Amino acid sequence: MEKLEKLESLREAYGDELADLGEENKNIVVLDADLSTSTKTEIFGKKFPDRFFNMGISEQSMVSAAAGLSLSGKTVFASTFAVFLSNTYNVIRQSICYNKAPVNFVVTHSGISLGEDGPTHQILEDVGIMSGLPGMKVIVPVDSIETRRVIDYLSEKKNSPYYIRLTREKFPVLNDNNYEFKEGRAVTMRDGKDITIIAYGIMVSFALKAAEILKKKNIDARVINMSSIKPIDGNAIIKAARETGKIMTAEEHSIYNGLGSRVSEVVSENYPVPVKIFGMPDIFGKSGKGMLLFDYFHIGVNDMVNTAEKFYNEVF
Amino acid sequence: MEEYNINNLAGIAREIRKKIIEMTYTANSGHPGGSLSITDVLTVLYFKEMNIDPLKPNDENRDILIMSKGHASPALYATLAIRGYFSESLLSGFRSMNSDFEGHVHRGINGVESSTGSLGQGLGVAVGFAIESKIDKKNNKVYAILGDGEMEEGNIWESLMAANKYHLNNLIAILDRNMIQLDGFTEDIMPLNDIGEKVRPFGWDIININGNDINEVIDAVEKAKKSKNNPTMIVAHTIKGKGVSYMENNPKYHGAPPKNQEEYERALREIGE
Repeated sequence: MEKLEKLESLREAYGDELADLGEENKNIVVLDADLSTSTKTEIFGKKFPDRFFNMGISEQSMVSAAAGLSLSGKTVFASTFAVFLSNTYNVIRQSICYNKAPVNFVVTHSGISLGEDGPTHQILEDVGIMSGLPGMKVIVPVDSIETRRVIDYLSEKKNSPYYIRLTREKFPVLNDNNYEFKEGRAVTMRDGKDITIIAYGIMVSFALKAAEILKKKNIDARVINMSSIKPIDGNAIIKAARETGKIMTAEEHSIYNGLGSRVSEVVSENYPVPVKIFGMPDIFGKSGKGMLLFDYFHIGVNDMVNTAEKFYNEVF
Repeated sequence: MEEYNINNLAGIAREIRKKIIEMTYTANSGHPGGSLSITDVLTVLYFKEMNIDPLKPNDENRDILIMSKGHASPALYATLAIRGYFSESLLSGFRSMNSDFEGHVHRGINGVESSTGSLGQGLGVAVGFAIESKIDKKNNKVYAILGDGEMEEGNIWESLMAANKYHLNNLIAILDRNMIQLDGFTEDIMPLNDIGEKVRPFGWDIININGNDINEVIDAVEKAKKSKNNPTMIVAHTIKGKGVSYMENNPKYHGAPPKNQEEYERALREIGE
C-alpha cells in the first residue's frame, strides 16, 4: 500500500532557513529582483531590512552588486526565478565566476512543474548553462529538508559561487530530520541490483515510485539522489555501473547538458555501460497543472517505468 | 598618504602614457585610445585623491576603484605599477602567455578589485561595494570608471537606479566621454547626446569637466567626495588617444597599437614633449 506523501515547499524552506540563519550570522546579505514574495526571501527581508536589497526587475545589476558585496566580504544570497537569472549569463561569467566571487544564487520556479506560467518561464536548460561555468557549483535539493541543509551549509562563506535550483511546486519530503547534506555525495534512496536510476529533484520521487512498480515486474532498481550535480559523485556512479550494469538518468530538465550528460561523462571515461537519458526532449514546456505536465510530456512515473523496463530488457 | 604637486601629477601622467604605448607596442595589441583618454583621471585618483596604500592592498577601509571599461587595462596596470603595487618590469608581459597581465583588467593583479572587460558590469559591482560600505559604516569611497560607449549597456541604467535608491553618496562614477567606441563615433553608433542630462534625472549629481585637465579633475573629485545624499557622475570630456597626435580622435586606435617603429617612437616623443 502506498503511504500518504507529505508535501512541502522548497522555497518556503529556503526563506525560513535563511531568516533563521540571519539571526546569528550578521554577515549574510540577501538580494532579490522584485520576486521576494515568490522566492520567499521576503521572510528575511522583513526581519532584517538593513541587509535585504530589492534591486527591482534588474537582474543584471542584482548580479553585479552581488559580486561587489561578495568581494567585499559579505555572504551573499541572491534570488529570482531560474529563467530570469539565466539572462545574466555573462554577468555571472565575468563578475561572479571569473572574479571568484562566492555568491549563492538560489533560484526558484524552475522546470515544467512551475505549471500555469508556461513555457516562457519553465526553464529546462539552466543546469547545463550553470554547470558549464568555470568554478560554479550546482545543487538541486530533493526536498524541503535537503533545502534547509544546503542553505545552512552555504551560510558559512565558501570559495566558489553556487547555483541552487528550487521549484515553485511543493515536493514530497523524502529525507528525515537527521539528514546531513554533503557536497559531492550522492545518496542511495533505494538499493537495487538490476538497474540504477540516478535523478535529482522531483524525479527522485518519481523514480522511487517507478522502482516499486518495476519490482512487480521483477526488476530491482537502485535509486540515487544526485542533488550535487557539480561536483558530482563519480564514485557512486561508477559503483552503480559496476554493480547494476545499466544506468538511467532522470531529470526535470532538457536531455541535453544536464545530469544525463554529466553521468555519461563519468561512465564513459571510467566504466562504460549503457546509459539511458530520461528528461525533456529538445522542446519548450507549456501551460497547465504543473504535476500533470509530466505525463503530458511523457516524463511521468509510468513513462519512467516503461522506459526503464525497455532499457533493462535491451541487449547491447 | 603622499601628496604630489600639480607639476608632478602632469609628469606622472606622462609616464603612464609612455607605458601605455610601450605595453601595447610590445604586445602588438591592446587598446591605447581609451587608455590615453583616462590617464589624467587615473593619475589624480591614484596619486592624490584615493585613500590607498600599495603595501596594504586589502586594508578594509581602502577606497575601491572598479575599472568598468576593462579594455583600458594598459592605463590601470601602468598606474598601479608606478604607484608601487608591483614592479614596472612586469608590464612588459602584458597580453603574453607567461604573464598574469591579461588583456583586459584582471583581478589576479595586485590592486585590481574586479575583473572587467565585458562592458556594462562595473558600475553594478561598484554599487555592491558601496552598499557594503554603508552596511559596515565605512567612510571610504567607491569609484567606477565607465566608458561612454558602455553607457549603451542596460545594466548601467539598472545600476544607476540602484545607486539612487540606496543613496550611495559614497559612489563616484567617472565617465570617460571621449566620443569614440570600437565601430566609430558614439553619436553615429548610438547617440548619447548630453549624457549627463540623461543620468541626472536618475538621481545623480552631475559634474561636467575637461577630463584631461588635472586641476579640473581634482576639483570635481573633491566636490563629489562631499556629496551628502546622491551618487555623483563626473562626465570627463576627454580626447581619445590624448597625447599622441595621430591617435587623437581616431577610432582606428581604439583597439590598435602603434603599427611600426616609426609610429612607436613618434608617440613616445610627442608624449614626452
